[in-house]
Amino acid sequence: MKQGDTISAVATAFGTAGIGIIRMSGENSIAIADKVFTAMNNKSLMTAPDRSVIFGHVKDANGEIIDEAIVLIMRSPKSYTMENVVEIQCHGGVEALRAVLRRTFEAGARPAERGEFTKRAFLNGRLDLSQAQAVLDIIQAKTPTALKAAENQLLGKTSSQIKKIRREILKIVAHIEALIDFPEDDVEDIVINEIDKKIELQIEEAQEILNNQHRGKLLREGLKVAIIGKPNVGKSSLLNYLTQSERAIVTDIPGTTRDVIEEFIDFRGIPLKLIDMAGIRDTDNPIEKIGINRAVSYIEDADIIFALFDISRSFSDEDSRILDLIRNRQVLILLTKSDLPAKINTMRIKEYSKEEVIPISIKTDSGIDSIFKFISKKIEKDSLEMSFVGNERESIILSDSIKHMKEARDAIEHDLGLDFVSIDLRSALELFSKLTGESVDEDVIDEIFSKFCIGK
Amino acid sequence: MFLEDRYDVIVIGAGHAGIEAALATARLGCKTLLATLSLENLAMMPCNPSIGGPAKGNLVREVDALGGEMGVAADKTCIQFRTLNTGKGFAVQALRAQADKRMYQFFMKSVCENTCNLDLKQLLIEDIITENDKIIGVTTETNETFLANAVILASGTYLGGRIIIGESIFNGGPNGQRAANKLSDSLKNCGIRLMRFKTGTPARVDGRTIDFSKMEIQCGVDENQNFSFITETPVINKAVCYLTYTNKRTHDILKKNLHRAPMANGVIEGVGPRYCPSIESKIIRFPDKDRHQLFLEPEGLGTQEFYVQGMSTSMPADVQIEFLRTIPGLENVKIMRHGYAIEYDCIDPLQLKQTLEFKNIAGLFSAGQSNGSSGYEEAAAQGIIAGINAAAFVKNTEPLILKRSEGYIGVLIDDLVTKGTDEPYRMLTSRAEYRLLLRHDNADIRLTPHAIRIGLASPERVEKFKTKITEIEVASNKLNETRITPCKEINEKLKSVDIGEIHTTMPIADLIKRPGVTYEKLRKIFDLPNISRNSAKQIEISLFYSGYIQKQSELADKMLNLEKISIPDDINYNLIQNLRFEAKEKLSKIRPCSIGQATRISGVSPADISVLIVWLKSIPKK
Repeated sequence: MKQGDTISAVATAFGTAGIGIIRMSGENSIAIADKVFTAMNNKSLMTAPDRSVIFGHVKDANGEIIDEAIVLIMRSPKSYTMENVVEIQCHGGVEALRAVLRRTFEAGARPAERGEFTKRAFLNGRLDLSQAQAVLDIIQAKTPTALKAAENQLLGKTSSQIKKIRREILKIVAHIEALIDFPEDDVEDIVINEIDKKIELQIEEAQEILNNQHRGKLLREGLKVAIIGKPNVGKSSLLNYLTQSERAIVTDIPGTTRDVIEEFIDFRGIPLKLIDMAGIRDTDNPIEKIGINRAVSYIEDADIIFALFDISRSFSDEDSRILDLIRNRQVLILLTKSDLPAKINTMRIKEYSKEEVIPISIKTDSGIDSIFKFISKKIEKDSLEMSFVGNERESIILSDSIKHMKEARDAIEHDLGLDFVSIDLRSALELFSKLTGESVDEDVIDEIFSKFCIGK
Repeated sequence: MFLEDRYDVIVIGAGHAGIEAALATARLGCKTLLATLSLENLAMMPCNPSIGGPAKGNLVREVDALGGEMGVAADKTCIQFRTLNTGKGFAVQALRAQADKRMYQFFMKSVCENTCNLDLKQLLIEDIITENDKIIGVTTETNETFLANAVILASGTYLGGRIIIGESIFNGGPNGQRAANKLSDSLKNCGIRLMRFKTGTPARVDGRTIDFSKMEIQCGVDENQNFSFITETPVINKAVCYLTYTNKRTHDILKKNLHRAPMANGVIEGVGPRYCPSIESKIIRFPDKDRHQLFLEPEGLGTQEFYVQGMSTSMPADVQIEFLRTIPGLENVKIMRHGYAIEYDCIDPLQLKQTLEFKNIAGLFSAGQSNGSSGYEEAAAQGIIAGINAAAFVKNTEPLILKRSEGYIGVLIDDLVTKGTDEPYRMLTSRAEYRLLLRHDNADIRLTPHAIRIGLASPERVEKFKTKITEIEVASNKLNETRITPCKEINEKLKSVDIGEIHTTMPIADLIKRPGVTYEKLRKIFDLPNISRNSAKQIEISLFYSGYIQKQSELADKMLNLEKISIPDDINYNLIQNLRFEAKEKLSKIRPCSIGQATRISGVSPADISVLIVWLKSIPKK
């Protein structure tokens, strides 16, 4: 059984390399790639030879270049899924990858579900029966609970807004449906202009969510990493090292307070918001105390804490204050200046953290790989990838629902009849319901009977 | 035990479901017994004297398109016709008619009595007989046994029927009929799960005691529309209805007596329908509403009885007369029959296949109110399908399962057997996801091919249908082939029939996509065949709304792909580790026959569906 629609997703794990791959599978994948990609030789992908590699640019709807890319075409049945498969290898890092992915959706692909490429490969007879269980495991994988990179980020943040819009549309649909199903009952008539205004309002609301949602929470805000340590422990060196060696992908986030510096970086594909708390020291100075209190709240808010201890200096009261602050928190302990002779009892520090303790040295460039491994293990890359796709999926659903609401207004404008207004709004409702996990049919009927006195 | 006779099919109950079922099996050549508690009350309408309405009118047309009788009977015996929802969109327009109850019954009885292979008998069935999970016959209260290959249960509200009028409670069926008290136990003994539902009806009052001058008159609308696609003669409006309202005094009386309302004081245990609340529930649920409308509808031409539509009640007799007399026009009204509530047993429809056959008893089918539905039209719709499939069972041929995109009948049956119901199920247009496809105007195009294939379409119906299809085809081709280019001559031609100028070359079919352009208009200025109004209407609708229709067709096709993946009967869901617990439970209970049906079960997630698809692929083909 060939699936009709074309799916698209990021095929590379996050943080592996500078190159990211978008993979599409389905009958129209080459046509879709052709819409988003312009080859250097200006030839259409539709006529490109099978299994050829084509260099060119991914462009947005206005023809602006998003990224330079290499496209690989594998025609059915000689591909992983046995469908037409296109891979777009991008070079521009996470943000560009994301933009290219979005572009494939705009051009007609839909976000792949968890394990869907493998599922298709299996259903199309590419994988052997013994692999069925593995496919099943992928599909029903438990959503990783680690950290806040939840699959449905949007729902965490804006579910109440979406539920509100859905509710308003539901009310309108129920009213129309009540009039249609019970034309001889005492249901108050609809004032079409009022309905039109209400729909317009909901379009605006949805548009606002969409605008805010353009980059997912995790990708927008990064994984919050609080860096603490006493003065001169090496915070700035670490920070400088990370920001200079890694690509800074957002520059417009201002430092929020005097004593906290924030840097947003793309740490080998994982977006991190590094928060450097300058002001932790033992003090009676009331102003500095405020700084410490603030630091405490940052620690509480952080997804991961890097606690830095200087291996070359002996353990101080400030160090033990820090150990108190990070007790029972998600911590990575970094022993700085590991190239110098150790003057610190690392055993004592290890007692405080169930997590790893990593010696690092900026000077000799050691330990950074271990930091990366630690983070990528923590966030379970899978969940990051899903959130990446999940986010785009939500954007698509939202913009599609806006489209349907606009169509409902068109139906009003052209006086097609209430039935059509309802049909368009129902399509929007179906989409909202995908986001909120509610069912439409029963809800409309329940609403009719709870709102309107109907019956012979 | 006395072996009376052998039949191919026995139908228990001669209401709207039973009649359509029995007519279908008999017409399909099965020797059929139609058993009823009372031959006087065949095709009785114990509730409102009305047929059709939104979604329900579509059901009537669909039953007709399949070769059923309801539409023909309604056209012949109804006394007032109205087309509803005329301004709301063509897909939700519906025909509704006031019936003459007695005439309707006489007509149906006469049809049954004159149908070959059909025996009509007054019998009370008390037992169904099974052998190795297969039905083999029934036994009556007079201890006669009838053997049959298939049995269709169409017992309406008669199973364990209990009538409630205030404090008066007695066993009985609707309208003073007997109840069938023993059959429920027999069903239970066969492992069938029963539910207890409730419904109700208002009082009938004496027309001579109504002051109609205080009410608003509601006339029929003379439109050339019939329920049946084979009715030739236009309908005639012979009666009117009257509209009036309750008031504060009415409500005060009801409120004062609420403690005596069986609904409120716990006497009634059955679940009643939300769309058909009694007047006392309306007062409770909508306390702010200062008036409720009611219609006085004649029960027929030859009677003074009027049905008080909107005032369904199970209040004690003294309260009924007291509150009715507060209503303008009813100050001196006399009640002829009291309103009542009726509780009855029905089966949990989740036990049925989409053919309406029980999953656990081969050859036993069920249709109508005994399946937890409500309404004459819903009953008739299930009846004809149960009949067709019982005949298919007897003859070992393909059953008929209508898809949700094919008819309201498909939606109705799929909802019942997939989602179940916790109140008497009524058809609503809002239950149909593809209602632009399920219009009442195209029911014949959707379903008559099935009737022709099965053999239920009369030669007359086949002939009419083929003519219509040919007309539509020829005219559509002509519309697409005739291309016009913008020039003075053409634009003047168009102007002569009030059609705006064209600016590009186009087939004249495109002109119909403009508001107000009809086939007839175009025929005045172009060389087009003369076709019937109905055929022209089909062409206009499919062109004008093509965008919307196409969208729904695409969605329906997508769904169809999932309906095509069938799930074997013997699948053991507990073996599929990756299904979530809730999904295993639901799937095991409902046992959907296809992936499409499985997607509609609440509690089965898209991931569960994916798992199921992969699992099905991985089990070895037999």
